[in-house]
Formats: sequence, structure tokens, C-alpha cells
Amino acid sequence: MLRIVVIGAGIVGSLTARELTKYDVEVILIEKEMDVGWGVTKANSAIIHAGYDDPPGSVRARFCAMGNKMYTELSEELDFELERIGSLVVAFSDEEIRVLKKLLKQGEENGVPNLKILDRDETLDKEPGLSPLVKASLWAPTAGITEPWMVAIAAVENALDNGLKLHLDEKVVDIVVEKSRVKKVVTERGEYKADVIVNCAGLFADEIAKMAGAEYTPIYPRKGEYILLDKSVGNLVRRIIFPTPTDISKGILVLPTVDGGILLGPTAMDLSRDRKRDLATTREGLKEVVEKTKKMVPGIDLSYAIKTFAGLRPESPQRDFFIKASERIWGFINVMAMRSPGLTAAPAIAKYVVEKIIQEDLKIELKRKENFNPIRKGIIRFADLPLDEWNEWIKKDPLAGKIVCYCNKVTEREIVEAIKRGARTLDGIKFRTRAMFGKCQGGFCMTRILKILARELGLDESEILLKSRKSWLIDGRVRE
Amino acid sequence: MKNVDVLVIGAGAAGMAAALAAAEQGAKVLLVEREDRAGGILNQCIHNGFGLHYFKRELTGPEYAEIFREKLERSGIDTCVEKFVLEVDVKKREVIVVSKKGIEKIHPKSLILATGARERPFGSLLIPGDRPSGIYTAGVVQRLINIENRLPGKRALILGSGDIGLIMARRLTLEGMEVVGVVERLPYPGGLLRNVVQCLEDFDIPLFLSSTVVEVRGKERLEEVVVASVDEKYNPIPGTERIFKVDTLVLSVGLIPQVELVSDFVEIDRSSKGFAVSNTGQTSVSWIFAAGNSTVIYDLVDYVTYEGEIAGRSAVRYIDGKDVGRARVNVEAGENIGILFPKWFDPLEDLTMYIRVRKPIEKGILIVEGVLERKIENLVPSEMIRIKIPKSRINASEKLKVFIKEE
Amino acid sequence: MKSREVVCVLCPLGCKIRIELDEEGNILSVSGNRCPRGKKYAEDEIKDPKRVVTTSVKVLNGELPLASVKTDGPIPKKYIFELMKILKDVKVKAPVNIGDVVVRNIFKTNVNVVITRSVGEKTSGN
Repeated sequence: MLRIVVIGAGIVGSLTARELTKYDVEVILIEKEMDVGWGVTKANSAIIHAGYDDPPGSVRARFCAMGNKMYTELSEELDFELERIGSLVVAFSDEEIRVLKKLLKQGEENGVPNLKILDRDETLDKEPGLSPLVKASLWAPTAGITEPWMVAIAAVENALDNGLKLHLDEKVVDIVVEKSRVKKVVTERGEYKADVIVNCAGLFADEIAKMAGAEYTPIYPRKGEYILLDKSVGNLVRRIIFPTPTDISKGILVLPTVDGGILLGPTAMDLSRDRKRDLATTREGLKEVVEKTKKMVPGIDLSYAIKTFAGLRPESPQRDFFIKASERIWGFINVMAMRSPGLTAAPAIAKYVVEKIIQEDLKIELKRKENFNPIRKGIIRFADLPLDEWNEWIKKDPLAGKIVCYCNKVTEREIVEAIKRGARTLDGIKFRTRAMFGKCQGGFCMTRILKILARELGLDESEILLKSRKSWLIDGRVRE
Repeated sequence: MKNVDVLVIGAGAAGMAAALAAAEQGAKVLLVEREDRAGGILNQCIHNGFGLHYFKRELTGPEYAEIFREKLERSGIDTCVEKFVLEVDVKKREVIVVSKKGIEKIHPKSLILATGARERPFGSLLIPGDRPSGIYTAGVVQRLINIENRLPGKRALILGSGDIGLIMARRLTLEGMEVVGVVERLPYPGGLLRNVVQCLEDFDIPLFLSSTVVEVRGKERLEEVVVASVDEKYNPIPGTERIFKVDTLVLSVGLIPQVELVSDFVEIDRSSKGFAVSNTGQTSVSWIFAAGNSTVIYDLVDYVTYEGEIAGRSAVRYIDGKDVGRARVNVEAGENIGILFPKWFDPLEDLTMYIRVRKPIEKGILIVEGVLERKIENLVPSEMIRIKIPKSRINASEKLKVFIKEE
Repeated sequence: MKSREVVCVLCPLGCKIRIELDEEGNILSVSGNRCPRGKKYAEDEIKDPKRVVTTSVKVLNGELPLASVKTDGPIPKKYIFELMKILKDVKVKAPVNIGDVVVRNIFKTNVNVVITRSVGEKTSGN
């Protein structure tokens, strides 16, 4: 059987792998981190963009509005949260209003539905939390928010259900090419014969392409810093708030998260190519986030801050996606430079890679599976169920009544379920259940989750990691 | 669910005291606790210093808790552990709880909130740098070492010189970890002087005052912490940075009262961030009472017990219909007062005030207008003062002003 | 004549006690203590500083792995780390109760190490 290896289990790799499992092919997904979606996918603004921001004719324009539309069905199939709360690009000057008009035109060209420019009153009506100095805004009702790592996790779970072979914590170290055709993928742990390789390796996609001797666009990291406010800050904003964009970036935003918090960020700082692992926040970056967001939403209260973090976008000199089958090396497909709106475009890109690039460009015939199951059910969040339904679950399994994470009301059953679905680290639990994501940031529940992980995995607590091989949590015993 | 007179949420020091006091008055009491045993934070505070006021003996935390746990067992109180309160519906007077046995709805005649406090997490400090493992709040480290039998690492720096930070400096050292120092942004230690002596000086652990952590470094596990001196506004002074190579950072940077269950309906005191209550423990909602760290962060558990007992009695007095028709007097914080508890004076009980000064005061007079004046010396915000005034001495009808005149 | 200031650790008041000494180090006077225990503490602090030690010991077959313990009186500071070494190897069998003596008369000080947290036997399903 034809064997297709996808490198990188971020949002693009996960959705592409899932798309491939719809066909009669052997699909292997290889990921260097210990879990799915822990690269760029984990640290971004979590926005499904409307699509007015991309220059018409660019690759991103092509896929953004399309991907945006596809998210509705995808969220139903894969059971993840999607909230189409809409976005407002706010203008504080006439100059900025001119930019809004340009964006409106661009959006219409890109096929973005229902865009509208709102005047001051309409803007404040849509978003009362905005600064009264606002003059106008561009309203995009199709924009939304989601949980990006959960989309990747859900896609992989569904793909596993449909025959995917997943290899986590395994770094690709070489790609063997013979007579200008891909032959094998070599990792730290093994070798995989490959007829087709789909390079979705995010920040490191250029290095992967180099291993194969294929063409590529250089990737350099663009750092974005964020501050997260806890949900008790209240409804500061109800929509995604963008400043008027500059040439460099969409700007520093204020937006709700799917679990009720408020996210501030990101900044945009270009780093050199050797700093692809630099995820440190900086004093200046955090200061910039606070200053620029307070201008748009004066009610921002930092005493509700519970977390800061940084993400890296994989940027290229062309500032556009680079999605092509290699001309030099047959069978090697680059899906790289997935900068914003990568998350939004991902479902459309996955389809494009499988339908256009593999089947049309490479002329590989793929037969559709008859028994592909597109439905994946997520871990039931009992605290969201009606009480009598929850009660029924507890009768079947008392662990559904044992609250482990107090802040987010996460039960022991959900944690055990997350482990069954592949969580092996503290972060793995966090991203699948939202335990430790709340006000106390794990202060109350971390020690108990550690014990549950150790128990379920048959490990000693000192072997449990936060997120990576050297991120140990516990040292030795106090008393042997 | 069965009829409950008094429902107490939280079986820490305040909850146990409130439940016992209410039961003593003849009420049917239900005490719910989300952990697997009663005792609250006392269970992991294995150091000394508890009970000097209440029992006139020096006890460790577990010993103090055990005394109350035993009283609970002998009483007729229904103590339910591993029971979590999901919601308090103030309009329906309904409390919804969940446990392994299922979901229950309770309709108490009165409610006592003893939900304690949580620690301020690292993320709220906005400290730049990496996000490695190895950064813990002091309570987590305390639980790991004293309950779970695990050490968090080998070499630690402690941020915050409040009592918890100082106690942990000693604890880690005794168990063989290296504590390279305690960092404090104030120009004086945040905890009791006795703890500075027996936790730091005894072990030659340096105390870096007027300093703070400005960066953490480590790709996977913590590797380095950068500390800098700060000015009076707590801004780091460039050029004063020094690097500590540690694998563990322990944070003791403040406690936050846990008020979320009813903060939409019950008034929250703006300075303490806890439930606003009167001297009888009654909140702004007549059938809801509160005591302990969920009202204001206390220094001594003995005080928490006293206030818990008052709240327990008051809840029963409310049920018996004996607390209606009397006016409450606002207790107002004036000059130099940082924290002032309680918010209101109810002439049904004596007034026990708990005060923290806003800044260090070398010499001054504490004035409760029209009631008393007391000389005070050498007070810092981290040391709580307790002042008991018999109700007969207070004649105020509208407000009671409390302030400190500095000399 | 010299003077030293010590902070008493016997109770949370933390009295700052001033001790006047002669050239040979003999105590001439003690002041600043708010109770008589403080005077004794100050004298000890000069001659032979003592501390109460609180720590844990391993419990075998217990519902918890550790029982907290304390010295039931202060012991000379110089013995603290030696005591810790001894307690590292002490194992008690559940059930243990508050007040149980774990180590008697440590270093001939007449001070015992006693249990401060009762730990019951491990029940099945723990």
C-alpha cells in the first residue's frame, strides 16, 4: 500500500493526516514533541479569521475565507468549541478609517461575507467596553475563536480511529532520497519507508526540506507575547478587537477565550533563524501588550492576570504560505510558512494538499475509504452537563463525581479519560481537560494530578514530566 | 436533601470552629469539605506556632487540627469530605454539591462560608522569561514535602519573605535542599522576626531585601533566576542584576481570599478582597456568614478559630430570629490603615478588630474615634493587630472611624 | 562590656531582647523580654542556642507516607542536622497517634521526638 508520512502534528499536519485517512493509504504522523499541537499551534491567538486581512491573490487569501467556512462542519464532526463572536477592527483616526475601507474592499475580493463598516455609535453598541475615543470599525461577523490545540488533538484522535499511525516524541533526523524520489524518513528511533512526505514541520520546515534536498523558503521566527486574564475579570469584551493593522502585523488584540478568559496580545518581534526555540517573554514585550491594549479597552485590569506566554509564528520573506510539491524531489510536499491565518486556513489547506497536490499534481490515485468515520466525540465535560445527566454519569462511575481541578470543576474521570487518549504529561492533561488552566494555575490540583498520572501510567511520580523529556517536576523522596 | 439548619462550606480552621459553635447552640449542622479530610491548610503546616492564644500551648498545625477534628467526631455534626460545592443560588437559598455519591441540593436555613484562600500564582506576577518546570508556590512545595513525601528539586530560591516563605526556607534546608536565598521586594522582611531568626539566620540563608525576580530561565526545567534590586516604587534598577543558578523557584507572594462562589451576590471588601462581614460574621446577605481567610488574611489560626466560633453562634442566632431589627454601624478605615476588619459593627457582639497598617509605623496612636486611643510602636503591615472592644463602650450610631496618627 | 540583641522565637511576639555581657562573656543583664521564658531563651541563646525541630518520619503501611513529628522541647542548635540524619532512617509502623514517642531522650537532652499527626493504617483501595 502507498505510504504517506506527515511530519509535524500541528494544526496543519493533524488535519492533513486526518484528511489522508479518508483514503486507502497508510498514513504515518511523526511529531518531535511529546504531544500533539505543541509547537506554533499551542501559542497563538486562537482566532478563526474572517479573511479581509490577506492581499487578494496571495496564497493565504485563497485559503483563509474557505477555511473559515469549513470550521463549522469541522467543529461538529470533531466536537471542539467554536464561537463565531465576530471581530471589530477599530479605528481612532481618519487615516485609520481609510485603512478600514481598504480592508473592506480586500475582504469582499477575498469572498468574505457580511463585512460592514460601523460608525462610532454602532461600534460602541457592538462593543461597549471599547475606548470612547473610537471613531469607527470594520465588523466581520464570520470571525470566531476556538481552542487550536484541541482542533489538532481532535483531528489526530479521529485519524487514529481511522487507521493513522502516530509517533510522538520522535524527531526526524534525516530524509533518504533515491534518484530524486523520496524513499525513507529517518528519526532518532527508527526508519519509515515513505512514498510521499508531507512537510508540516512548522518552525523547522525549512530544515526538514533541506534534509530532503528539496526547495524551500527560509523560515524565521516572529515572536508574539501574550497576557491571559482570568474569567472573573468579567465581560471586558465580547468580540475580537483588532487595532487598525500596519504593514508588519495585525497588531495587539483583546479577545475572549473559549473558556471565558480575556487574551491580550500578540506583539510582533522578528528573531534570527537560530532562535526557533526562544519562547521567553520579555519585559518590553509585556509592557507593550499592556500599553497598547489599554488604549483600546480602558477597563483592562491586570490584577486578573494569571498567565503570560509567548508564541512563535513561522514567517517567511514572502510573508505568505508556501504550499507546493517539490520539483526537485518527487514525492516531497512542502506545507510551510504557516503564519497568520494558518490556523484558519488549515482545513482548506489539508483538503488542497490531498486533492490537488497529491492527486492532481503528483498524479497519485487515491481511493476513498468506504468506512471512514468522520465523527470524534470529545471528553465529556461533566460540569457543562445538566445536573441530572451528570448525576447519571456519577452513578455509573463515581470518579465523575470527584472534582480534582477546583477552579475549572474538572473531574477525575476526565483526567483518566485524557490519559486513555494519550496524555502522558501534566501539560497533556491541561490541554485536554483545562485542569490547571484556572485561577490557581494548578496550585490546588497539581499534586493530585501528578499522582493520578503516576497511577494510571504505572510510573513513579519523579518520572512524570511537565511537557518535555527534561522538564521533570519532582526530585527524590523526603523519606525512603 | 434532609433539612439542614447551618451549612458550613470548608472544614479548615474557620469551618471547624463555626460548625462546632453552631452545633453547641443546638443547630443541625452540615459541614462540607472538598479535600479528603478536614483540617484545611493546618494539615500540611507541620511547624510550631499554633494555639498559643487559644490553647495557651504551642502546637504544630496537625496537632491543632486534630483537636478540632476529634471534637467534630464527638459532636453530632455531619462532616462530609470530598464534597464539592458547585453553586450557591442565593435567590432559591439552595446549595448544589457534587461527590462520588452524586449531586445533591441542600436548602440550609443559614450558610457559613469558610472557603479560605488560594496562593497567588506565578503567572500573575508578569515575570518575563521562559516557562520551565520547577516554579512552585510555597503551599504546593509544603504539600509535596510534608504530605506527599517528595522533594521539588535540589537547589531553590524563594521569592517573598512572608512567614510561609521563611518557613519553607527552613523546611527545604532541613531536608537537604540548598536554599540560596530569600528575595523580598520590601525593604524589611514580610514575616515575623522570630521566623527570620529561626528560618534564615539559623541556617545562614541570605535575605535580599528591596529585591525581586526579574527573569526566569530554563528551556525545560528551571536553570537560572535573575534577581535585581528595586526602588521605592518596586521598579527594577538596571545594572543590579545577579544570576542564581537554581532548579527550583518557590513563590510566597500573597494569599487571595476565595470568594468566587457568591461574589456576585455578597459584598466583597475592597481592601481585603474577602467577604465583607460584621463583627458577628454576617455578610451583606442576612442568612450568609463568613469567617477565616475568606474574609481577610489572618496571621494566626487562633484568631481564625475565634472568628469562626462567632460566625457559628451568629448563624444560629439568625435562624432563631434573634438578630433582626438592630442597626449596623460602618467601621471606616482612615489614615495609615491598610486593612481593617470587620466592615460593620453590630451591637449584638463585642467588636474585635483586626488591623494592618498601610506602611511601617515607628511610633503612633491608634484611634477609634470616640471609643479609644492606644499607643503603638514598630508596626509593619505584615503584623496584624487585634483589638477587642466591649460592645458597651461603643455608642456610635452611623460610623466608627479608625485611624492612626503618626508621631 | 558588650551587648547583644536577640529575637526570642518562643512565641509569635518575637520580643527583641537586649543582653549585656562582660569581657568574659558572662551575662550581666537581660531586658526587653515580655515574659520570664524570654529571659531563659536569651540566656540560652548566648550560651547554647536551642531550637524545637519539626519534621517528618516515614510511616510503614500507613494511609499517608509520612507522619509529622516534633521535638517536645528545644534541643541545642548544634544537634539539629544530626537529628535530621537519625530521623531520615526512622520508620514507624501505622497506626501512630499524636504524642507517640519516636525517639527517646535524643543526645541525652531529655527531649523526645514525638508524633504530631496521627496516621491510620492503609485501607484497601488507597
